[in-house]
Amino acid sequence: MIELKSLSAGYGGRDVLHGVSLAFKPGRVLALLGPNGCGKSTLLRAALGLTPKSGGEVLMDGAPMEALSPRERALKAAYLSQSRPVPSITARRMVLHGRFPHLSYPRRYRQEDQEAVDRALQWADAADLAHRPMGELSGGQRQKVYLAMALAQDTPTLLMDEPTTFLDVGHQLEVMAVARRLAAEGRAVVMVLHDLPLALRGADDAALLCHGRLLICGTAEEVYASGQLDRVFGVALRRVETESGRQYYYG
Amino acid sequence: MKSWRISSIRRGSAPLLGALGALTLLSALLSMCLGAVSLSPGEIAAALLGETGGTAAQIVRYARLPRTCACLLAGSALAVSGAVIQSVLGNPLAAPNIIGVSSGAGLAVTLCGALAPAAGALTPLAAFAGALAAVLLVLFISEKTSASRLTLVLAGVAVSGMFSAGVDAVVTFVPDALTGYSDFRIGGLANLAMARIVPAFWVILPAMLLIFSLAGELDVLLLGEDTARSLGLRARPLRLGLLTLAAALAGAAVSFSGLLGFVGLIVPHIMRRLIGEDSLPLLAGCALGGAALLTLCDLLARLLFAPYELPVGVVLSLAGGPFFIWLLLRQRGGRVHD
Repeated sequence: MIELKSLSAGYGGRDVLHGVSLAFKPGRVLALLGPNGCGKSTLLRAALGLTPKSGGEVLMDGAPMEALSPRERALKAAYLSQSRPVPSITARRMVLHGRFPHLSYPRRYRQEDQEAVDRALQWADAADLAHRPMGELSGGQRQKVYLAMALAQDTPTLLMDEPTTFLDVGHQLEVMAVARRLAAEGRAVVMVLHDLPLALRGADDAALLCHGRLLICGTAEEVYASGQLDRVFGVALRRVETESGRQYYYG
Repeated sequence: MKSWRISSIRRGSAPLLGALGALTLLSALLSMCLGAVSLSPGEIAAALLGETGGTAAQIVRYARLPRTCACLLAGSALAVSGAVIQSVLGNPLAAPNIIGVSSGAGLAVTLCGALAPAAGALTPLAAFAGALAAVLLVLFISEKTSASRLTLVLAGVAVSGMFSAGVDAVVTFVPDALTGYSDFRIGGLANLAMARIVPAFWVILPAMLLIFSLAGELDVLLLGEDTARSLGLRARPLRLGLLTLAAALAGAAVSFSGLLGFVGLIVPHIMRRLIGEDSLPLLAGCALGGAALLTLCDLLARLLFAPYELPVGVVLSLAGGPFFIWLLLRQRGGRVHD
């Protein structure tokens, strides 16, 4: 499990994140919410050591992050970045790169890596894309391949920065379903999301950030009930009980 | 063009690499046979297998063999160096001669020639040091400014200009600094002795092997800094290491061939199109393609106006210049990895 203890981080001496304490719990899907520029991405990056912290601590399974090598960290948490370049290689080759931390120099991919890649492609519903070049795929298809790469890394924690951008509604729901299945396997899943109804309905927990501070963290239900979402986003979020469970909408 | 490129990515690169290998062998054979005096493959085999008497054997041993080896070696070293530099800097316009790596090596070679003309075996090492200085300077500028691709190329052009001016200055004061090179500034491979190529070979071989062994790391680096680091890659030391190896390749090539342009730029671009960006086949393709291209250009340089010879750099630039312009026109506002 990854725990943030009053973590501060930023760029060029200016803090973007101020003293955030948060735990990524196994078996739970956590939605990271907040307006643009509030520090959601910085939080994920700082949790992995990609952005240097300026205060506080990150614990990975109880050990301070600095005590682990980059490779050991990569075996604990996978990260779906917001910047996703498109090299001209096949999708399968791309997903194979997710196995990188499982091998040491000189890298030779083994049978079990190939199997992990097949599984990941299945999970991300990208098996049919395997042999197509990345450059030929649509934005949504590339997204699935990147998701498969994170899955192939086979880590107890997955951090995803806006995994649903570029995706149509159907595929957004599919990503949420994949997240739910991963949590059911006992993994911790953290997603930065902008679609509040999707987040509140699909996630177990929600954390709301504003101006780099954590306003509230609890179950999706609690965060909704606090009314903070309405205040921060300046919307009127409402809820209705339907036959297929709770639905959220903007009133 | 596009579908042709993509279909080759899908099909796998083995047949293409096989064809390139055959082309390289063929060009090496032609380079041994053709010239001011045409020789048959039989005569060449006899000369290589130990027959020492006769003019044919003399030509093969002291002219054709060193020249062909030099072409193969310089071509593959410069092309692989260019491919690595382009991938590491994420910049399709980077190449050893454009960002100052070649001229850095050139300045070191010139200084070596001016100060210690007797220390021939040290030249490749000095060239490596010069190339490394240039590459580190450009890397430093790129990290300091988190530079756009254009800034990086401009910085490279500035570095290149400074080092070239250094070469000219040294040659002005010590006109003999570059004796023994037929055409240092545009690159030439005529009149080379084996003794000059062998030390460079011992720099190029290990550097090449190390680069090939790091192909997996290079692949991951192409996914962008964030993703690469989240996969456990130590991106900074790797960048530095790969650029050092690229500098070793370019420096060693410059130490005997002079400032050959364009091989390091064109060949990686052609290979990216043919093979895709999977690093291991891409690097292998660059090594073979660079060797074949330089050997064929050198052959043209010898034959076009026989008995007069053009420096191979002239032929390369005449062919490479238009290609580069076409690339610039196509790349307008393009992406990092097309």
